[in-house]
Amino acid sequence: MTARLEVARTTAQPAARRRPQVPWLGIGLVVLVLSILVAIVIGPASVTGPAPITPLDVLGSAWHHVTAWLAERGLPVTVAENPLSLVRDGIIWQGRAPRAVTAVLVGAGLALCGVVLQGATRNPLADPYLLGISSGAALGAVAVLILGVAVPLPVAAFVGAVLALLATLALAGIGGRLTATRAVLAGVAVGQAAAAGVSFIIFSTAQGDSYRDILGWLMGTFGAASWSSVLIALVALVVIGGVLLGFGRTLDAFAFGDTAATALGVNVPRTRWLLLVLSALLTGAMVSVSGSIGFVGLTVPHVVRLLLGPTRSGNTAVARTSAAVGGIFLLWADTVARTVFTPLEVPVGVLTALLGAPVFAFLLLRSRRRGDG
Amino acid sequence: MTETTMTAVDLTAQGLGYRVEGIDLLRGASLHLRAGTVTGLLGPNGSGKSTMLRVVVGALPASAGTLAVTEDGMSLDLAGMRRRDRARRIALVEQDAHAEVPLLVRDVVALGRIPHERRFASAVDDDPVAADAIERAGVTELADRSFDTLSGGERQRVQLARALAQQPRVLLLDEPTNHLDLAAQLDMVRLLREVADTGVAVLVALHDLAQAAQTCDEVVVLRSGEVAAVGDPADVLSPALLADVWRVRGEWVTGSHGRALVVSPLA
Repeated sequence: MTARLEVARTTAQPAARRRPQVPWLGIGLVVLVLSILVAIVIGPASVTGPAPITPLDVLGSAWHHVTAWLAERGLPVTVAENPLSLVRDGIIWQGRAPRAVTAVLVGAGLALCGVVLQGATRNPLADPYLLGISSGAALGAVAVLILGVAVPLPVAAFVGAVLALLATLALAGIGGRLTATRAVLAGVAVGQAAAAGVSFIIFSTAQGDSYRDILGWLMGTFGAASWSSVLIALVALVVIGGVLLGFGRTLDAFAFGDTAATALGVNVPRTRWLLLVLSALLTGAMVSVSGSIGFVGLTVPHVVRLLLGPTRSGNTAVARTSAAVGGIFLLWADTVARTVFTPLEVPVGVLTALLGAPVFAFLLLRSRRRGDG
Repeated sequence: MTETTMTAVDLTAQGLGYRVEGIDLLRGASLHLRAGTVTGLLGPNGSGKSTMLRVVVGALPASAGTLAVTEDGMSLDLAGMRRRDRARRIALVEQDAHAEVPLLVRDVVALGRIPHERRFASAVDDDPVAADAIERAGVTELADRSFDTLSGGERQRVQLARALAQQPRVLLLDEPTNHLDLAAQLDMVRLLREVADTGVAVLVALHDLAQAAQTCDEVVVLRSGEVAAVGDPADVLSPALLADVWRVRGEWVTGSHGRALVVSPLA
């Protein structure tokens, strides 16, 4: 009797009960564009002069560049006037705009990696740096900064990240299957070894100004972001992130353990290996342009799960939302980091840790309370 | 429906071995599951029941022996089969399912459709097979609850629904009546019979010998990873075997509902 009533109610209003169709993609894009517009006009007056730059100036300037670009190619377009002076134009388009876009892309990539790694290792504390990746990247970067190896910094960082990943996978795979626990333990070991290497190099050779460079890099900063950083981060996010998003349901199956996932037709060791490698490559690319920024990949997925609730807690939805939230969050974190303590610029990693730690503590408390109840 | 839902599939395991760190958890265990029947997998703790199920489903690699299914008179080796193809034939309901992720029950059940869908497909809302599985397992009222808020018994039924959504020809269950109160246990047993009646070969690991005697068409008794006995429960579960394998006293009594097994401590 009750069952029949239930069915009747279900058929009566299925749409209202389930998955309301909110145009999240559109809302997300609008918030993203507005965020970037607002973030790039914020900045110390000591740099741009007392008159504020408005988002409209930025749009006008963008229109100027578009028309100029078209006119250069012989199209019959009147070149619009640039509302920004030459200096201000440079500050916006060569400095803040690529910096803002890089922050968005890196935030999205790190948050996405967090979701994937937490799912693939069944470890809620997993983050993009779990597999020793950031320490490996740091080792590569510090080697370049201090030892003066003639390799571009992002390349060195990326190579360091990949080598750390290979070491982790080799260590985890020795004498057994690639289980989640083995991957995590191996990552911790490799991370510690690489961190020791970084400390040793700094201690033995660094002097004067290179300390600040290194420190900024170890804590993460977008200070050196350029359009080539945007390109690196964008390609990595679109290519690798796109593939990772396709694994949402596989991650849902992983949530029930290796045996259940196998019974559902997933090749568990091979899929886990693939997910670890792809996340590591994506993280490596992100670290190479920003240094290691902590807590974004760890915290954002948990916050998003909390916000979405069980109706949309499948890993596909969580991964998409986390990428959006992570990107916008890191943009604002960086905007605060570069403006609040002028003339000093705080490494953005310091700020994300400052914000992330209490958020994470709150999530832990909350999950414990729920577990007790 | 497609013909795969109609095909009767038998499963044969021959001389299965599973060895980990020098210990043999399975030693030459063989069994045959016939379509449309319920086979009980019995044995004391540590006798290899769970290991057997995991080897059959492919989650643990057999160190010896062969596994094959027979469909339409053709024998197919499971070892050479792709995981997805294997998952379309064999489903497993595990003993204790944990998922920290707060997935909706209907999404959990929809996971059973993975082997039937395109790779990288996203979940289909209101998949008819998943909806049918939800109804058959009796979890309609739970469909919009979060899996991590369910009781042990409710999780067990949701897992069964997920397994049914795989449209398996062979269904394996690891002590599905654990955590269940008596009425729910009988309900689960009735469900398994219904599933078998649709032509599925059911293999269910059970602790309760009396329940096994009542439920199963055939039982396989494991002891230390070896098959100690196979056959009709009334023949196999003799007082001598019960004393030997479980160290308990068993006797068959005739009551108002037919013959039943009564188990008590050895004197």
